[in-house]
Amino acid sequence: MATTTMTMAKALNEGLRRALEKNPKVLLMGEDIGKLGGVFRITDGLQKDFGEDRVIDAPLAESAIVGTAVGLAVRGYRTVVEMQFDGFVYPAFDQIVSQVAKLHKRTDGVYTMALVIRLPFQGGIGAIEHHSESPEAYFAHTAGLRVVSCSTPHDAYWMIQQAIEHDDPIVFCEPKSRYWEKGEVDLESTSRGLFDAQVRREGTDVTVVAYGAMVKTALKAADTAAGEGVSVEVVDARSIAPLDVGTMAASVEKTGRLVVVGESPHTASIGSEIVATISERCFYSMRAPGVRVSGYHVPYPPSRIEEDFRPTPDRVLDAIDRVMGYGS
Amino acid sequence: MDEQLVQLLSPEGERVEHADYTSSLDGDEIFGLYRDMVIVRRICNESTSLQRQGQLALWAPVTGQEAAQIGPGRAMHPMDFSFPTYREHGIAWCRGVPPANMLKLFRAVSNGGWDPQLYRHSVPTVVLGNQTLHAVGYAMGVQRDGAEEAVLTFFGDGASSQGDVLEAFVWAASFNAPIVFLCQNNQWAISEPATLQSKIPLYHRAQGFGFPGVRVDGNDVLAMYEVSKRALDAARVGGGPTLIEAFTYRMGAHTTSDDPTRYRVDAEVEVWKHRDPIERVKALLAREYKKKAAAFDEVAAEADVIATKLREDVLAMGRPDPITMFDHAYAAPHPLIDEGRREMIELGVSVGAA
Repeated sequence: MATTTMTMAKALNEGLRRALEKNPKVLLMGEDIGKLGGVFRITDGLQKDFGEDRVIDAPLAESAIVGTAVGLAVRGYRTVVEMQFDGFVYPAFDQIVSQVAKLHKRTDGVYTMALVIRLPFQGGIGAIEHHSESPEAYFAHTAGLRVVSCSTPHDAYWMIQQAIEHDDPIVFCEPKSRYWEKGEVDLESTSRGLFDAQVRREGTDVTVVAYGAMVKTALKAADTAAGEGVSVEVVDARSIAPLDVGTMAASVEKTGRLVVVGESPHTASIGSEIVATISERCFYSMRAPGVRVSGYHVPYPPSRIEEDFRPTPDRVLDAIDRVMGYGS
Repeated sequence: MDEQLVQLLSPEGERVEHADYTSSLDGDEIFGLYRDMVIVRRICNESTSLQRQGQLALWAPVTGQEAAQIGPGRAMHPMDFSFPTYREHGIAWCRGVPPANMLKLFRAVSNGGWDPQLYRHSVPTVVLGNQTLHAVGYAMGVQRDGAEEAVLTFFGDGASSQGDVLEAFVWAASFNAPIVFLCQNNQWAISEPATLQSKIPLYHRAQGFGFPGVRVDGNDVLAMYEVSKRALDAARVGGGPTLIEAFTYRMGAHTTSDDPTRYRVDAEVEVWKHRDPIERVKALLAREYKKKAAAFDEVAAEADVIATKLREDVLAMGRPDPITMFDHAYAAPHPLIDEGRREMIELGVSVGAA
């Protein structure tokens, strides 16, 4: 297996480049994605190589970015739109839930809403307000949409290409705090489908499910737990909607305990959905209730105190202690 | 009325000279537009009756606005594409959508009603203004394909306040998109007058966005045809967007759920009755082209046949098999769709025919 080391940002860039090369119907559209290469440089150099007609600098209107991508989809194009930040997706919310999610159904399958909405999400970069949010549950809740998140450069490279090739609309959540972290990327093949979860670390006592930036947090907690004699299995959900319930259930049936980690407040969160679904499915295997580790139920705080809002390895360890404490 | 209003046919059916536009249509073509308008009005009346008889959940009447739709509808080329609201029954008619399909949404058996690619006419959009952005995006696709096609999209005076419509203006101008925005200013957004939406004539807005705006007598099918044709022709060859404000009037209610007597006076309706889009063309045809009563009677009879067929087709539309709610929710297999379908079959709700 020939692998290359690169950052997640570069892996996304290479994945987008490959998609543009493979299919002339693939377009990119977003604010500042052309000459600047995007505020995170994810599209760096792509306008220069593929032209202004395919890598489109958009006027500053999110609803229009998504709404015109819908029209392009009707015309047979596959547009990857960039929402500059998670907190700026809301002007496009109407188009996403009223149109993107529903037009395939409304037209009895005639329109294919093949578009990818790239969303740099989660916090941890010391930003000002509206730049650190986790809105994935809003979209996961909407029938007609799919929501995925990458946690490694390898996944970033492949998942973005798989998302572009997929015929359903996909909200593609990128953990911006991990953009600059390096990892091995196999540029030749990947073994996993877009909607499959992946066991990142095997263990026997507790299953910790996470996605995006929280996968690394969960892995750190698992390291520490191992030193304390607790064997933690870490499952990267990868697909937020639909959930790969089979992989998660298989893990919990083995460990009997579930902790889910996410950055958003836990009310009606992906964590809630996972805990409820696994409880229904694995009740007789579970030795403790599923526990959610999440942000608090407050607006995302000023970033000087964001590390007291975002789940840390310590908070994940506390949750592991809680579920280990049941019945002992 | 506004001095800038493009009018080629007066409410009395007299030809009107205009500096920029002349009617290019011959007698047969004008008679064709007359026929379209009569049929669309008849379809609309039948639909209102069907709603009153409990056969439709709702109906959005188009009466009074026939010219505002038949003009542009007949100015479109076959390969052009249109993005409507829920009131463009006249455009749907011009695009060849069978009348019964127009009523599927209102009979609540479908959220769409027809194959939009087959007729090159998109499905109804109920959320105000959303479709204008789809139209601009589609037009950007036309540009990238190097095709000589134009896109036509519709909205009303009410939706002119929607952010999506204004964003669509920005994008159309920025990308010089081959699109025509057709605003049917029918004076009322349910109960709110157009003056609440804009303090200036709506067509003036185009100038602020950097493309031409034209106000047309929306009850004059000859003017609507010529202005639309010129705008569509320009769009097809790189001339960019145009906003057409069709100054018209909604003679009936916003929808069958509405009671316009609560917010507008009869005198206003009376004024507009004298500006009827059909009567003026009939007067022109009788006077200038010597059309006899028999010709008009023939159109009325044809419209009756279409209405009868529409009624039969609509009454034959039964309750959909509930299992169909799972069809096309996604393009690719999805576990929750499989689960829902399985559960419904187990509940015995449906025979499970996909």
